[in-house]
Amino acid sequence: MQPANLIPLIVVLVVIAFALGYARSRALAVPMGGIKHLKSLPFYYAARAAMWCGLPALLVLACWLGFEGKVIQTLVVGSLPAELQPDSAGKASLILSQISNVASGALSADVVPPAIAEAASRLTGLQQSSQTMMALLVICIAVLGGFVAWLRIAPHINAREKFETTLRRIFFACAGLAILTTVGIVFSVIFETIRFFGKVPITEFLFGTSWSPQTAIRADQVGAEGAFGMIPLFVGTLLISAIAMVVAVPVGLMSAIYLSEYASPRMRGIIKPLLEMLAGVPTVVYGFFAALTVAPFISGLAAALGLQASAESALAAGLVMGIMIIPFVSSLSDDVINAVPQSLRDGSLALGATQSETMKKVIFPAALPGIMGGILLAVSRAIGETMIVVMAAGLAANLTANPLEAVTTVTVQIVTLLVGDQEFDSAKTLAAFALGMLLFVVTLALNVIALHVVRKYREQYD
Amino acid sequence: MSTLNTSISTEQTQREAPELAPAAVQDKPEETAIEYGQTVGTPFADDAKFRLRDVEVYYGESQAIKGVSLDIARNEVIAFIGPSGCGKSTFLRCLNRMNDSIDICRVKGSLELDGQDLYDPRRDVVELRARVGMVFQKPNPFPKSIYDNVAYGPRIHGLANRKSELDDIVEDSLRKAGLWNEVKDRLDAPATGMSGGQQQRLCIARTIAVSPEVVLMDEPCSALDPIATAKVEELIAELSESYTIIIVTHSMQQAARVSHRTAYFHLGNLVEVNATDKVFTAPEHKLTESYITGRFG
Repeated sequence: MQPANLIPLIVVLVVIAFALGYARSRALAVPMGGIKHLKSLPFYYAARAAMWCGLPALLVLACWLGFEGKVIQTLVVGSLPAELQPDSAGKASLILSQISNVASGALSADVVPPAIAEAASRLTGLQQSSQTMMALLVICIAVLGGFVAWLRIAPHINAREKFETTLRRIFFACAGLAILTTVGIVFSVIFETIRFFGKVPITEFLFGTSWSPQTAIRADQVGAEGAFGMIPLFVGTLLISAIAMVVAVPVGLMSAIYLSEYASPRMRGIIKPLLEMLAGVPTVVYGFFAALTVAPFISGLAAALGLQASAESALAAGLVMGIMIIPFVSSLSDDVINAVPQSLRDGSLALGATQSETMKKVIFPAALPGIMGGILLAVSRAIGETMIVVMAAGLAANLTANPLEAVTTVTVQIVTLLVGDQEFDSAKTLAAFALGMLLFVVTLALNVIALHVVRKYREQYD
Repeated sequence: MSTLNTSISTEQTQREAPELAPAAVQDKPEETAIEYGQTVGTPFADDAKFRLRDVEVYYGESQAIKGVSLDIARNEVIAFIGPSGCGKSTFLRCLNRMNDSIDICRVKGSLELDGQDLYDPRRDVVELRARVGMVFQKPNPFPKSIYDNVAYGPRIHGLANRKSELDDIVEDSLRKAGLWNEVKDRLDAPATGMSGGQQQRLCIARTIAVSPEVVLMDEPCSALDPIATAKVEELIAELSESYTIIIVTHSMQQAARVSHRTAYFHLGNLVEVNATDKVFTAPEHKLTESYITGRFG
């Protein structure tokens, strides 16, 4: 039986266990004079039976699916004759793919050595028996678990508490899953990064001022010497992020001030959702807005002013990214400003301060740490932003501070390095992971600082 | 034995109370009735600082203040008392237009400070609030240093030309608020680190630093312990020499201790205004009597 069919079957069994458990707990309650004499409500007994039915079965199913492939592979490879035993990891995977291709019929059994064909048929056999065994085992566990739990329903058992405990563990497991995924991502990036630093020295990567990842394929190839200095990319990222923040911080902050201090509830009800709609625009739409509308406008304007501007410029990408981040800044600042107690506003107004004096001298200083935290989060968002810069900033790794020139960013280079057919052990591809690691470290640091700042601020009013 | 007696008598009172109350209302209907805009006692004064006539306040559709007329004399301490929700705080907040920030709040009637209309559209609210300061229920020092809290008002109104003048104002205000000796060595410390009573006296110092003519106090001691309350009450007595003070309070003992006149509000009506000792010894209105004897409120 396929695992896809097993899951609905388990669900059905769980429902049955629930229904039977409910019925049994009610039946037990009748001679005692009603469900109020049970330690817990029938729902909890039923839920407990359902959990005992479903959870162990699902757990076993997951484990089986997780280890099945590996175990079968080991068995198949181990049964190969001695002369075919792989001596390296690369060869092993080659033989395995050959075997599985034969087994799935993609490769004819006639063109491979008979030992391989034999292994293929063994693989098919093992897979089939594994599935049968798995289905039987899982169903047995579900039925057995449900039955035992059903039998153990007794009026004196506090099923409510046990249900609560199990539920708490499930929630914990879900939270743990998210963390484990993050850890997994970090490790996969770290290992590739270490491989990259085996090919390119870390000092060249961190301090090199030239970026040109085309490595030579032939020894006599021209113009593809390969340079992996990340400084131009990092400077490009910072330049664009800085432009974005110059746009987003004042506009976002002032709109937050307007919304929280000046706007009537009706105005607020209209403007706030509209502003937050900006956050809902897909970044790719911002990207072509930047590339097709803003960038030509800027180069035209620059030409009219007698300045040299390239068709793709840091300014265009930065401006549009700034617009994208406005709702981020305004929404966070709005929350922080609203969190400043009304009593402080009253105190200031009662002393004869105007609204703007109150804002400037009391509310803003009180909210500043929170606003700083919001801005730092927005910066890490700007640094990691990809789509707009891919479309509007360009690919040329210029080390420049001139916003009218084309620059490239860390994210853009990661995209271009990994798009298309690539060999996964060349310095060029591995560089993408090193860049990813760099981004990760920078944004992580910013987030940690931001969270720290925000937390410090929270303590003030608690 | 005595405990037993007490418990029996309490039980009896509780059992009898529901029967008594309606009977009492039926016996004296004319005395508990409130006529719109009518106040017994002495609501008017010759030398009025505030002259308030037929004041009505609405929150949206509901009327919070119903035709209140009252004079507040120069340099008097007047206490507003009454059960919760009777409108005394709302009325107080009309006097420096703090209700302006509430969108649905409308104020009608004639409100004059020294003969000038408070609600004249051309009137500068900033100037009004500099003349009529306010102390709130909960101490609300700014999250700044003690010095900056007191200097806040003088700075925005440009009361000091030099740092030394500002220092003098701060010291003077803190002395008047009886706080100078406690804080003179730590003026740069954050005000939020002070005790509740100190914070409230700091708020009073902050208010008098702009030399107002009137100080409004909205239950200034409700968040304070008895010792801090006693200190604030002492301070009110001292301040009454140079300021007109209007204090809203839930504590009748406090009203009796600090005020010259007492005004009793009931459901948005100003029921009775009289000299404080008269209100608490021989109230004219039945409702006032019920309130001060603890029948309700």
